[in-house]
Amino acid sequence: METVILKVENLNVESKGERILENLSFEVKEGEVLTILGPNGAGKTVLLKTLLGVLPYKGKIEWTPPTPHPKDIKIGYVPQRLPFIKDIPMSVGEFFKLKVSSEKEVKEILNSIGLKDYNSPTASSHSSFYSEWVPNILAKKIGDLSSGQFQRILVGWALVGNPQVLLFDEPTTGIDISGQESIYELLEKLRKERNLTILLVTHDLSIVYKLATNCLCLNKKMLCYSVPKELTSERLSQLYGGKIKFYQHSHE
Amino acid sequence: MNSQFLFSLISGIFIGGVAGYLGSLMLSKRMALVGDALGHVALPGIGLALLFGLDVSFGAFLFLLLGIFLIWLFEIKTSLPMEALVGVVFVASLAIGFLIVPEPELLEALFGDISKVSFEMMIASIIFSLLIFLVINRIYPKMILANISEDLAKSEGIKIKKENFIYLLSIAAMVALGVKIVGSLLVGALVIIPAATARNLSKNLKEYYLGSVVLGILSCLFGILLFRLTGLLAGPSIILTSTLFFLISLIFKR
Repeated sequence: METVILKVENLNVESKGERILENLSFEVKEGEVLTILGPNGAGKTVLLKTLLGVLPYKGKIEWTPPTPHPKDIKIGYVPQRLPFIKDIPMSVGEFFKLKVSSEKEVKEILNSIGLKDYNSPTASSHSSFYSEWVPNILAKKIGDLSSGQFQRILVGWALVGNPQVLLFDEPTTGIDISGQESIYELLEKLRKERNLTILLVTHDLSIVYKLATNCLCLNKKMLCYSVPKELTSERLSQLYGGKIKFYQHSHE
Repeated sequence: MNSQFLFSLISGIFIGGVAGYLGSLMLSKRMALVGDALGHVALPGIGLALLFGLDVSFGAFLFLLLGIFLIWLFEIKTSLPMEALVGVVFVASLAIGFLIVPEPELLEALFGDISKVSFEMMIASIIFSLLIFLVINRIYPKMILANISEDLAKSEGIKIKKENFIYLLSIAAMVALGVKIVGSLLVGALVIIPAATARNLSKNLKEYYLGSVVLGILSCLFGILLFRLTGLLAGPSIILTSTLFFLISLIFKR
C-alpha cells in the first residue's frame, strides 16, 4: 500500500495565455482515494485532464512505473457528462465495443458494476442496494438508461482493460441521493476488489469524509493537502469564499 | 433498357450507398450541413470542368481541396467559429461558380446530369465509392468515440487531428462523386436524409449505419427509375424519393 503511484511536482497548466494551475505538487499512494475540492473554475477538471495526458503542461507528472505517456499505466477516466452520446443511437454493448474488449470481460464488468444481465428466471425479483437486474442490458439503447444506470455504465467503461487508476470527474452530477450513495458504495467496493487508486473531483463534502484518504483543495493554486479530518470550516470558507456550513460524519 | 441508363443506375446505387454511410457519421457529429456547404464550394470546379470538357467530379474535388485548405488557413488566422468560416468560403464559391459556369450548363452544374455517365465513369464511381467506404469503415468507431467525447477518445490514444483530416478528405471525395448524380445544390441532401431517416428507425448503431446505406441505395434506385419513367430531373427525383422515405419514417419513429 505504500508505493507512490503518482508524483506531481511544480505542475503548471496554461490555456489561451491564462494560468489555470499554478505550482501544484502532491503525491498519491497506491490504493488511496484522493478527492479534489474547489469552487467552479478552480481547475479541477483541467487537473484531471492533464493527469490523463490530454492537455499540455509544464512541470513533472510521474506515474509509477515511470512512463513517457500516462496511458501506459492504464488509467480509467470517467468524464463529467457526455451530452452528445444520446444523439447517437447506440446500445450498451456497442458502447463497450468502441473500446476493444471481449464479451467475457464486458459481462464481468457489468457484474462488478452491479448491472446484471437478466437471464435466469429466479433473478427477476432480486434487486439489492448494490445491484439491479436489467433485462438484456447489452441490447439496451444508451439513451433509454436511467441516469444512475448510465453513470454505472461509464464507470464500467473506464474499467475495461483493468486500469490501476480511476480518474473521476464529479461522478454524481444529476443523480438522486440514493443513486449517489450507490455510486459511492460501488467505488468503495471496486477499490477493494481491484486495489484501485482513485482520484475524484467532487462537491460533495460528505463523500470526502466517508471515502477519502486524502483531499486536495484547489483554486488554481493548491490551498491545502490533508487528510479529511483536518478539513476545517476555515479552510473551506477560504476555498469557496464565504461561509460554508458542513457536517462532519464520524468514521465508521 | 439501354446501357447508358444502366451505367447511371449502377453509379447511383454505389454513390447513394456510400453517401448514406458517411452521412450517418456526419449526423452524429452534428455536421449535417457541412455536405451542403461543400456542395456549393465545388461549384467553380464543376464550372471549369464543364468549360474544358473534363470530368465534373475531378474539377469539384480540386476545388473542394482548395476550399478546405482555405477554411483551415482562416481558422488559424482568426478565432471565428468554423461555421462562420465555412459560410464565407461557401458563399464566395457560389458567387464565383455562377460567374464561371457557362449558362447552358448551369442547370447541370446545380442539379447534376446522370445521362452523361459513361462506362468509364461508372467504373471510376464504383472504385471511388468502395475506397471511401473502406476508409470510413476504418475510422468509424474512432470517430464515434470522438463525437461522444474528445477527451475520452484522446485518453484511448486516438489521434483526433489525423482522423479528422482523413474524415474531411472522405467528405470531399464523397461530395465530388455526388455532384455528378444530384448536382451541387442537392448533394448535401444525398448525405443527410438517409441518415436522418435511419436514425428515426434504429435503436442501435448497427441498425443506424446499415439503414443509412440501404436507404441511400433505395433513394437513388427509385429516384433514377422515377426519372426514367417521368422524365423529371434525376437529381430532384432522387432527393424527393429520399424525402418521402423520411416522411414515412416519422410514422414508425422509435
